Amino acid sequence: MSAPLSIITGNSLGEGLVVFQTAGGWSLDIGHAEVLETDDALAAALARANADAAANRVVEPYSVEVTRVGARLVPVRLREQIRADGPTVGHSKDKDSAVSEEAA
Amino acid sequence: MYRYDEFDQAFVNERVAQFRDQVARRLTGELDEDQFKPLRLQNGVYLQLHAYMLRIAVPYGTLSPKQVRMLAHIARTYDKGYGHFTTRQNLQFNWPQLKDVPDILADLASVEMHAIQTSGNCIRNVTADHFAGVAADEVADPRPYAEILRQWSSLHPEFLFLPRKFKIAVTGASADRAAIQFHDIGYEVKRNEHGELGFAVYIGGGMGRTPMLAKKIRDFLPEEDLLAYSEAILRVYNMHGRRDNKYKARIKILVHETGMEGIAEEVEAEFEATRHGVLRLPEEEVRRIAAYFAQPSYEERPAASAVLERARLADQNFDRWVRHNVSRHRAPGYAIVTVSLKPIGGVPGDATAAQMEAVADIAERWSLSEVRVSHEQNLVLPHVAQDDLKAVYDALAAHDLAAANAGLITDIISCPGLDYCALATARSIPIAERISERFADAFRQEDIGELKIKISGCINACGHHHAGHIGILGLERKGEEFYQITLGGSGDERASIGEIVGRGFSTAEIVDAVETLVDTYIAKRESASEPFLATYRRLGPAPFKEALYGAA
Repeated sequence: MSAPLSIITGNSLGEGLVVFQTAGGWSLDIGHAEVLETDDALAAALARANADAAANRVVEPYSVEVTRVGARLVPVRLREQIRADGPTVGHSKDKDSAVSEEAA
Repeated sequence: MYRYDEFDQAFVNERVAQFRDQVARRLTGELDEDQFKPLRLQNGVYLQLHAYMLRIAVPYGTLSPKQVRMLAHIARTYDKGYGHFTTRQNLQFNWPQLKDVPDILADLASVEMHAIQTSGNCIRNVTADHFAGVAADEVADPRPYAEILRQWSSLHPEFLFLPRKFKIAVTGASADRAAIQFHDIGYEVKRNEHGELGFAVYIGGGMGRTPMLAKKIRDFLPEEDLLAYSEAILRVYNMHGRRDNKYKARIKILVHETGMEGIAEEVEAEFEATRHGVLRLPEEEVRRIAAYFAQPSYEERPAASAVLERARLADQNFDRWVRHNVSRHRAPGYAIVTVSLKPIGGVPGDATAAQMEAVADIAERWSLSEVRVSHEQNLVLPHVAQDDLKAVYDALAAHDLAAANAGLITDIISCPGLDYCALATARSIPIAERISERFADAFRQEDIGELKIKISGCINACGHHHAGHIGILGLERKGEEFYQITLGGSGDERASIGEIVGRGFSTAEIVDAVETLVDTYIAKRESASEPFLATYRRLGPAPFKEALYGAA
């Protein structure tokens, strides 16, 4: 079994949406997250994330363990899977469905 | 309904302006998250799993159609087209953006609403019986007292930084629909032997990781002493409540650790010192507030409606809905309608903007322009003429709001759980949906009868599982969700805390386990008229344990 992989996540300040740290910034898509394979890489990424938090680009960043499933990055913990994919139920399941249903 | 006076309106408007400035300073970076967090929480803004969440206060669960329409407008304009009614008669939006919150609060202020004190260690929204003012069994309407408590507790300078949050509920009837024994303070409006109005006072109840039933501190508190006594309780709690451990900081722990006698002594001493001062409620002020909640002018109608009887005979679905979702009203010829927000397989407590607007229209046309929110995550139309019930039913049915399940097994209370909540340890909504689907058959539901299932996605118990006839608590073990079952809880006047029945169940097993419990009840009940809770109280946990786990 390979060493655990990590990514950095947080929420965007103005919108509150879940974001993932990329090599050059932040993305809403976990697929764009920068995968951190060593402790040094993780520490450096967290330092960048904390600097972004201090600069008010992102709120409360932290690291999350992930595994590679095929080409996808899947968080180990269910909580983080749900953060990455959105609610598994109800009106928010499809992030746009409620709005489009209302507009129809 | 209560109407804001100039003071109320100015106060809420100033608060909106203040928070607008605070949000602007946060977005420009002038305030950092540590500085901003307590400010946003005081205005009902949480940062949840996916987004910010805004919790809006619905004082004692009473809404006008205008207010409901504004909630629909906010849902559509700033959120994803729906809102979530909570177990504390509030409404939550799951997806607002921080930059929009000041505009949302301004919209709310324009219809006399706000989100103040819906979070933080302060006195939260005061809740009340959702049938207040119309229940046939009521001594007096609890809402004037809830409103007086709201005014007293809003930005009360002494009580904004309590050891922990503080929840007050008021019921006006001896049949407790407000779960007062699960609150920090529970007031039951009653009359003494001289016919004077006052309260039985309970303190120290609560759910959470250490569930406790409140204990009676006063059998009769005169009406005029409501605020002085509340202040005395809060002052004693504020002084002695633990601040060293947030899990031991609620008043229930103080009452438990100090003992009721010691607490009562201190409260009475504090009360004695303040009762003759400014906090004594003048009779005319109570009546002035009560006038806002005066009975509407009902038309004179016969007690029984021939129109209703004919409609029931003609439509068995309507007849079933009347049996479960219509309650007795104090005025002849009228009825109270429970609008179920529990469609089969749906999210308990969710309502779309279109549904909210439909309820507002229906309330305006047929319920004397009033809507209530119940702590069981349903809506209530409190003043419907029996002659109009069929029209109301048809209008509700057109918006998927006519589930005939109030009080039945599919009328499930559920917290948002791990699908939304940053504190949750497991999902609760999917369990509610699956149980609802399993028991979807209307005849089966009716045969099972009254059965309250309540689901929490963590130990904090927002889904009131301790008070569920069947309570379900979602936990996490080794990265997997699992669910612990409690039996025999109740939030009514014979309140009880559910007992853990045994080891927990996996996501795959939990719905079968619930069905096993229900089948056991059906097999063991004395007759079809003995409800689940009565059977459980008669037999105890043994037959249910055996059914779930086999003979010991």
